[in-house]
Amino acid sequence: MSIRTISVLVENHSGTLSRIAGLFSSRGYNINSLTVGETEDPSVSRMTIVVGGDDAVIEQVVKQLNRIIDVIKVIDFGDDPLIERELILVRVDSSKSNRHEIVELAGIFGATVAHVGVTSMTLELSSTCDKADNFINLIKPYGIKELIRTGKVAMAQPKK
Amino acid sequence: MEDDLKKTGAEILVDALVQEKVEYVFGYPGGQAIPIFDALYCCKDLKVVLVRHEQAAAHAAEGYARANGKVGVCVATSGPGATNLITGIADAYLDSIPMVAITGQVATGYLGTDAFQEADIVGISRPVTKHNLLVKDIRDLPRMLKEAFYIAGSGRPGPVLIDVPRDISAGSLDNYEYPKTVSIRSYNPTVTGHPRQIEKAAEMIKNAKKPLIFAGGGVITSGAHEELYELAIKINAPVTLTLMGLGAFPGEHELFVGMPGMHGSRAANHALQETDCIISVGARFDDRVTGHVESFAPKAKIIHLDIDPATISKIVKVDIPVVGDAKNILTALNKLVVPRDASEWNDQIKKWRGERLFSYKQTERTIKPQYVVEQVYELTKNRDTIITTEVGQTQMWTAQYYRFAKPRRFISSGGLGTMGFGLPAAMGAALAKPGMLVIDMAGDGSIQMNIQELATISINKIPVKVVIVNNEYLGMVRQWQELFWNKRYSSTCLRGGFLCEECKGPGHCKKKYVPDFVKLAEAYDIPAFRATRHEEVVSTLRRGLDIEGPALMEFAVAPEENVFPMVPAGKPIDQALEEL
Repeated sequence: MSIRTISVLVENHSGTLSRIAGLFSSRGYNINSLTVGETEDPSVSRMTIVVGGDDAVIEQVVKQLNRIIDVIKVIDFGDDPLIERELILVRVDSSKSNRHEIVELAGIFGATVAHVGVTSMTLELSSTCDKADNFINLIKPYGIKELIRTGKVAMAQPKK
Repeated sequence: MEDDLKKTGAEILVDALVQEKVEYVFGYPGGQAIPIFDALYCCKDLKVVLVRHEQAAAHAAEGYARANGKVGVCVATSGPGATNLITGIADAYLDSIPMVAITGQVATGYLGTDAFQEADIVGISRPVTKHNLLVKDIRDLPRMLKEAFYIAGSGRPGPVLIDVPRDISAGSLDNYEYPKTVSIRSYNPTVTGHPRQIEKAAEMIKNAKKPLIFAGGGVITSGAHEELYELAIKINAPVTLTLMGLGAFPGEHELFVGMPGMHGSRAANHALQETDCIISVGARFDDRVTGHVESFAPKAKIIHLDIDPATISKIVKVDIPVVGDAKNILTALNKLVVPRDASEWNDQIKKWRGERLFSYKQTERTIKPQYVVEQVYELTKNRDTIITTEVGQTQMWTAQYYRFAKPRRFISSGGLGTMGFGLPAAMGAALAKPGMLVIDMAGDGSIQMNIQELATISINKIPVKVVIVNNEYLGMVRQWQELFWNKRYSSTCLRGGFLCEECKGPGHCKKKYVPDFVKLAEAYDIPAFRATRHEEVVSTLRRGLDIEGPALMEFAVAPEENVFPMVPAGKPIDQALEEL
């Protein structure tokens, strides 16, 4: 069992997303995360799907994705080096007394302060998924009120 | 001139059907489909077959497509009309049958409001269609129709559904023109096999001591039966055909070892377990074929020819995949393979094959269902005959005992196993192939699932012959109950009901069997004949087959006859149960 990132270029139609989601649900495959957005060509959307499974499952996922008429291209990144990012927003309990401490911690991770309230503070981090996991672990003791993760977006590193 | 180019959505739809050379549309009208049927009303170039249930429209479209290879078309209204099509659409999806299903839909402004007869049919049909489309702008309609036919019929064929809201079918478009070509950037099926892969396959075949050809429905879809024959003769290899492949190789040929799998022949199953090289052509290693997958064909290297890359290594690990159209690949492969002389392997196959591929115990006292199938074969083998089947025991006996000589002569619901398939499919097949004899081999259970189509057949004088093998049970399930569920015939006796107190078993039951199929056929104005004794079988068949037009023949057969051999589900295929 491994976690793999698959990038899928699809026609920007209604219905495409549910066909792809249905492919996973009908076969009992688990999607760890899925993000969709327009590309440089507005008629094409790119989905970044993170999925867990053994090699046979991943092979079937890729083949089944390719069968969908609205799928233009499927890229299984495999072990290729990636440029990957995930955006998280996290709201933590904070008061006058620990505000500085939290800002300092955020600074180490390159997170920024998106909002400050009387009893809470909202932080924003764009980073790799591992780094985001780490950040969340360290911020947890302050008391997380709300957490949102976008899921991973990824591009392959160019060969040269 | 400009007025000529202005058309309503419904007129565009009908024009597209005509341009695609559709001969028959199987359908049923309803509120949101009235504009479509209005446009069909004045169309001289195609005929509308009004069925009696939308499920039958879909199966009839399948029967048409399975008989002649063209795209079958069915039309239904929104909501219940559309949902009734679903079983037929799913059936076409699992057997890779080209079909375009057109559904009426509530007007775009009402979508998602739970309007009267609204169902999200695009959502419902998504997992059982190759593709589906909701038309939201009439300007997209001509292109979508063109794409639907192209997608349905190309690559690995399948059903495509187009959902047409009422304001689209009733709306109009200036400057209509049906597209001449189609190009979909995201859809380009591979048809030519990779030359290097084909070379590797030829090499593996050359080195094989015990080659076995294992072919399925893909051979028939591709029209590759002649190429398959050439390959088999050249390398002197036995051929086994899946249920979907029956007819792709002559059933009486000495290299033919029968169907494999759960109800397959001993010869086919033993050959699969002993072969060192499987040449699979257009077959998908269904669980009814492989049995226990881990012990399937343990000694074999597998060459897999298929147009769908997703089929390869889905169930069994493949050694040499070749993706493409079977006819193209086999043509290339036949040029490379080295002729092989008959060997010990061929002798072994002959031994397994024995006198006959399948056998049963004949009696003079009761009619054996297998005997009915054999006699149908004897009486029709010299005529060009299409056999459709319902689903269950009779389907299996037909697959075992009718020796199909040519492709597209056996039309059966393989993947989905849909009861009620045979009669509407026979209707579609008879319209696709006028002049051919078309017989629905039915059990008394399945036939009742779409028996209302006797009306369609009768009114339109569609020359379908219905052979009902009546064992008064849902025989296949009863067989499982007998063998694996301690003979507890729960809900499988068609005489029985919740009023039954104590079941004394077949032969002791005083309850009346209903319906009387002969009277029922007569109510539909269809001639009908019944045989209750062994010696009446041939004469009854003759009477039904010899008259012009539709006929129904009913045979009261031994109620507890089973389909053998039988490999219990999940067991290795060489561990079949045989008749005691």
